[in-house]
Amino acid sequence: MGPENLDQIAAAEKLRAQGMRHHICVCTAAGCQSAGSGEVKNALAREVADLGLKHTCEVKGVGCMGLCSAGPLVSVECGEDRVLYQKVKPDDAEDIVGALDGGTEVSRLVCDTRAPFFSRQMKIVLENSGRIDPERIEDYIAVGGYGALMRAITEMTPAEVVQEVIDSGLRGRGGAGYPTGLKWSTVAKANGGQQKYVICNGDEGDPGAFMDRAVLESDPHRVLEGMAIAGYAVGANHGYVYVRAEYPLAVKNLRTAIRQAERLGVLGSDIAGTRFSFRVEVRLGAGAFVCGEETALIASVEGKRGAPRPRPPYPAQEGLWGRPTLINNVETFANIAPIIRRGGDWFSGIGTGKSKGTKVFALAGSAVNTGLIEVPMGITLREIIFEIAGGIPDGRRFKAVQTGGPSGGCIPEQYLDLPVDYESLVKVGSIMGSGGMIVIDESSCMVDVAKYFMEFCMSESCGKCVPCRVGTTELHGLLSRISSGTAGARELAMLEELCEVVRNTSLCGLGQSAPNPVLSTLRYFRDEYTAHAAEGRCPAGVCKTEKEVHA
Amino acid sequence: MSAPIKTLSIDGRDVSATAEQTVLDVATENGIFIPALCHLDGITPVGACRLCLVEVQGSSKLLPACITRVEEGMRVTTDSERLARYRRSVMELLLAERNHICSVCVSNGNCELQALAQRLGITHVRYPYLFPKHSVDASHERFVADHNRCILCARCVRVCDEVEGAHTWDIMGRGVDCRVITDLSQPWGESETCTGCGKCVQVCPTGALVEKGKSVAEMSKRRQFLPYLAMMRGRNQ
Repeated sequence: MGPENLDQIAAAEKLRAQGMRHHICVCTAAGCQSAGSGEVKNALAREVADLGLKHTCEVKGVGCMGLCSAGPLVSVECGEDRVLYQKVKPDDAEDIVGALDGGTEVSRLVCDTRAPFFSRQMKIVLENSGRIDPERIEDYIAVGGYGALMRAITEMTPAEVVQEVIDSGLRGRGGAGYPTGLKWSTVAKANGGQQKYVICNGDEGDPGAFMDRAVLESDPHRVLEGMAIAGYAVGANHGYVYVRAEYPLAVKNLRTAIRQAERLGVLGSDIAGTRFSFRVEVRLGAGAFVCGEETALIASVEGKRGAPRPRPPYPAQEGLWGRPTLINNVETFANIAPIIRRGGDWFSGIGTGKSKGTKVFALAGSAVNTGLIEVPMGITLREIIFEIAGGIPDGRRFKAVQTGGPSGGCIPEQYLDLPVDYESLVKVGSIMGSGGMIVIDESSCMVDVAKYFMEFCMSESCGKCVPCRVGTTELHGLLSRISSGTAGARELAMLEELCEVVRNTSLCGLGQSAPNPVLSTLRYFRDEYTAHAAEGRCPAGVCKTEKEVHA
Repeated sequence: MSAPIKTLSIDGRDVSATAEQTVLDVATENGIFIPALCHLDGITPVGACRLCLVEVQGSSKLLPACITRVEEGMRVTTDSERLARYRRSVMELLLAERNHICSVCVSNGNCELQALAQRLGITHVRYPYLFPKHSVDASHERFVADHNRCILCARCVRVCDEVEGAHTWDIMGRGVDCRVITDLSQPWGESETCTGCGKCVQVCPTGALVEKGKSVAEMSKRRQFLPYLAMMRGRNQ
């Protein structure tokens, strides 16, 4: 296997595709699959076979196309023309296939791809998602896949690869935004000659977040390529992908991808005739949120109880089995191949001063369009919520947007014109996080929102350190009492005091950030807290307060 | 052969240490008190109780003294107003978590939790008590495990694994539902791995693991064996 073999495979694949007049792409990622896209795909394939179009029309499963709320999505491509159908049912197959040759479209199903949801996005991580068949390595190679890996290992030194990532300005997409290049160079410099590891963190656990799942389901080779490039850059020959077992399709596609890549020789021993070897194994998480924390994740990979340990030493110095370990998020690895292919300067040209590139968000909550989007850093929250997401449904008013999941905060209306980048979001009391974005409208109670996230942290605390284990439980108890209208100013003061303690004394990020949803809602919606505490009343009418129960 | 010597300051006092010492080691050596409950000389530090947090100049986060190694020129503060407040809160959280009723406890008067609470001047607990329902395991012929008094410091887990080599103890569950267990959560008396050495009982800081046959305030722990074993192990004997 070498660069020229890749070109051959790509050429053969293109020839095969050109032989087909029509390509019917059915989203088979988890969102559309749960809406029944599997049957839709079968129905379409049957229809194509019945009409004898098998040699001119291809029906293939592809990854996520983004607009999950309108699924199952089917894209019909003919040359340059592309029609997107939404909410397709198996019964629609006849019409869709029937409309192929006439050049017409089934107007009742058409989804306008000129809408802001599609036109305002910028796709780097998701560029292949919804276009290629995630279960065929040839499809990935046809769009230039593994070219960046070949280029890195045959034309670049490891130091040059690291430099390219540093130049790109890429920062960790898991949430904290640590400069990726700096992390890579730290691991690369860790005592030479030692065994090192690369770990891909796919333990996505924030409620409402499904970016990593979509990437792993839709374009698993992209992640493997990024990991292999990382392995070359830092001097590791072994990688682990840690995925939660709740993502069976992601695990299946990933395992298929690893098998195909090894068979083709783009992973394994002496890749492309060089002395670089890289193997990847999948490790399944048993569903503990805390295992997304890097030291807990490492413990879990080692087969131990998934509990974090104090840092330093950082995994870059002492990680898996005590060896230097590079650990990055799925989306971070998915950014690597384009950076190597198109250069760090190209990447750093996108975004804001300190936040480069794009960010994938999982839009959820009270928005017209929900699903997966990728936008350039620096876009405003208003553009995301009111243009891409199409605003709030049913004429309700916008109240806040929650980013960063249980570690993040709620951002109120006055900051809607804030550019989305790591620093700005921290300044207003939230975080970028891994990409969960929940739109909250006036019908939600902010105390209830804070209580929900605290309940999550409480039940996901590993129980190792006291402030997180007991603190989150006490905080949840206080929030429950406030929301039921049985608490007063004293409890409110205790809530704030305890938030500070938990934030500053907890062992790992889970506990340190657990108070964030409370602190940010206290900051912007204190009147709602006082209404509950002082008047025993829930302004949004969500919480059943003691008063109402008696009335 | 000697380890490099570092000098640092703790609470404004200049002290010296060898490179592998932790801040807690050096502080103790110099008579500077830092509270700690999960830490015990002779077993691996875990930094879990968060009572030994100290301020280190140049670090935005508080660091656990039991696990933080000394560095040249380090400036450590062990007793600021903020630290005192946090320690108090953490202690109160611990006391509110389970059912710590000193007056009926076999370890009354010989309890590290109780002693530390007194030393930190805790007269009452502001946070609501959680009053969890916990069981008592008296199935072992010589020892009793009372989960009502456990603070999940995991000393028993570590001493059993690292010193006795039996790994009978472990922790199950998450968050406040965590519990120390023997083997796969079997009654202690039915444990196939327990050697009955009693090290866990001796290192337990509270009345959670005790010897049978003791009445209120009669249980005192003897853990002199631990530094000795650790020292011998260090010399490979």
